[in-house]
Amino acid sequence: MSQKFQAQVRQQPNRATIDLEGEINGAVDEALNTAYSLAESQNPAVIILNFNQVSYINSTGIALIVGLMARSRKAHRQLAVYGLSDHYKEIFQITRLVDFLTIYEDETAAAASN
Amino acid sequence: MEWINKLLNKNKPASPVQAEQALKPLPAAQAITLEMDIAPNDPFLAYILHSPGVVEVDKLKLESPTVSQLRSAGVRLAVPLVSQGELIGLLNLGPRLSEADYSSDDLHLLANLATQAAPALRVAQLARQQQIEAALRERMEQELRVARVIQQTLLPKEVPDLPGWKMAAYWQPARAVSGDFYDFIYLPDGKIAIIVGDVTDKGVPAALVMATTRSVLRSVVERHTTPGDVLTTANNLLCPDMPPKMFVTCLYALLDPKTGLVRYANAGHNAPYRRTAEGIQEMRARGMPLGLMPDMAYEEKEVCLLPGEDVVLYSDGLVEAHNPQGEMFGFPRMRELLTIPGCGNELIACLVDELKAFTGPGWEQEDDVTFVTLERLPLADPDLLAEFDISSQPGNEHLAMEQVNELALAVGVNPKQIERIKTAVAESTMNAMEHGNQYNPERQVHLRVLSSSQKFVVQVTDHGGGKPIAPQVEPDLEAKLAGLQSPRGWGLFLIKNMVDEMNVREDAEHHTIELVFHQTGGVE
Repeated sequence: MSQKFQAQVRQQPNRATIDLEGEINGAVDEALNTAYSLAESQNPAVIILNFNQVSYINSTGIALIVGLMARSRKAHRQLAVYGLSDHYKEIFQITRLVDFLTIYEDETAAAASN
Repeated sequence: MEWINKLLNKNKPASPVQAEQALKPLPAAQAITLEMDIAPNDPFLAYILHSPGVVEVDKLKLESPTVSQLRSAGVRLAVPLVSQGELIGLLNLGPRLSEADYSSDDLHLLANLATQAAPALRVAQLARQQQIEAALRERMEQELRVARVIQQTLLPKEVPDLPGWKMAAYWQPARAVSGDFYDFIYLPDGKIAIIVGDVTDKGVPAALVMATTRSVLRSVVERHTTPGDVLTTANNLLCPDMPPKMFVTCLYALLDPKTGLVRYANAGHNAPYRRTAEGIQEMRARGMPLGLMPDMAYEEKEVCLLPGEDVVLYSDGLVEAHNPQGEMFGFPRMRELLTIPGCGNELIACLVDELKAFTGPGWEQEDDVTFVTLERLPLADPDLLAEFDISSQPGNEHLAMEQVNELALAVGVNPKQIERIKTAVAESTMNAMEHGNQYNPERQVHLRVLSSSQKFVVQVTDHGGGKPIAPQVEPDLEAKLAGLQSPRGWGLFLIKNMVDEMNVREDAEHHTIELVFHQTGGVE
């Protein structure tokens, strides 16, 4: 069955990282958006989503990420991700999410670029 | 002393050795055949043709190299052997053994003898000439037989044997050797290059150009990956050495057996025919024949052969064959032939039979005939692995996903495909629970999982049959980000992008979505 979702925010200079864990689906809408609001509270230049501990993303989860992209775009804030499996990288390409956010391999690469 | 002088090479000057041997005095009462050439403009030749009969050499007042030679050799009488107005030999006599002069009876006898001997000598000469020509013909035929064997070694010894594919080839030269060729080249990435070529002209010149072209293509294929690049480079290599008025048409196709993708380029060759469920398609691509002009670009095209589809590559020999009435076989006839149900599995045999029937018995083959066929075999009906029901409650798509995952692992589906299968099954089950069964826990989503060596199939059935299905809006990410379209609506889009085929069936009560994944084997 589905794994419990958790989102922890780490504030860092000029950026905030949201460590995601479990499944991302329509049921985690509130938790994900609350974490995002917390991440942007200190007005970082970039918000980074860490997918290392994410086991499953479905279409409603994709919709939530699109919602976060819309929020970051409206605020002229960069949105980046890392820790995606090859399968979800493929899904981010198919859905063209990669055209509007930056994918890094890991946190080191994301930190080095931001 | 008697000499016989035969004229075998009268139009060629005698070699010094021949002359020396000819003029050497001979022992008494001995005859010898002397090879002696008389130049066509030697006055002696004109003399004996206009004054037939025995020539008394010592009495002849003629400035002639031949007469001088005869005198030097001690010839007293020269008896011309003339057949049908042509001097074919000279019977030369030295002094009589008795040292007496030749009598008029002797001269008369010799003249009669010459009249009888000349036709016989002519017949003997012709027979000998025929023997020489027959030996020459035999030697040339033997050389052509060897050439044909050598040329056959340049063709693939066998067609590729690939799971899920059936390939065949046919090569029939119009003469001993051919300007047609075909080739299969295995590439390191698992793809196969398929080449069919046709050199202008037939016979030995075409065969020599064919051998060169094949070698050039083989060397180029190792260094270039796209069909267009291969043909461009091969053309540049062939152009400087191509004989005048010759060129090569060539179709180069690159097959990925795992996906059925065929990428191809064409250097002026006949466009292959692809047979699909929808009908016959010509696989056209622009490009000049090889060897005409350097620095040519070749258009590349791509098709994906589905299971049950095939492609036929062919040279001119079939379509340009004529029947006894002078009618050409032609492209329309060939195209029509491909649509005949009976002309299916054994396509090449069918085409060859039709060609024979069209041209009739005793047909002298006009041009080389070559076929290569490439068939992606139909998928076998899959076996049912399992079927089960899922209650329509949020999150239960995981139950479906995990059970299908276990079944896919058990039948050896490769891991990358398994992730796609899981996503497609989860999304389909979610749609079934939400849209088909309205998340009514009393309503079940029914799943059937089937597998064969060629495909893995999941059928997801809900109770949404007989109801209008809301039209699906293609996700537009820009519109979603701008707030002009709901962020949702990715489900069906994801499913379509995860599967190789998607089929939808519906009856009054049920709605079924069938997810088909082609088995590629191994780990990608």
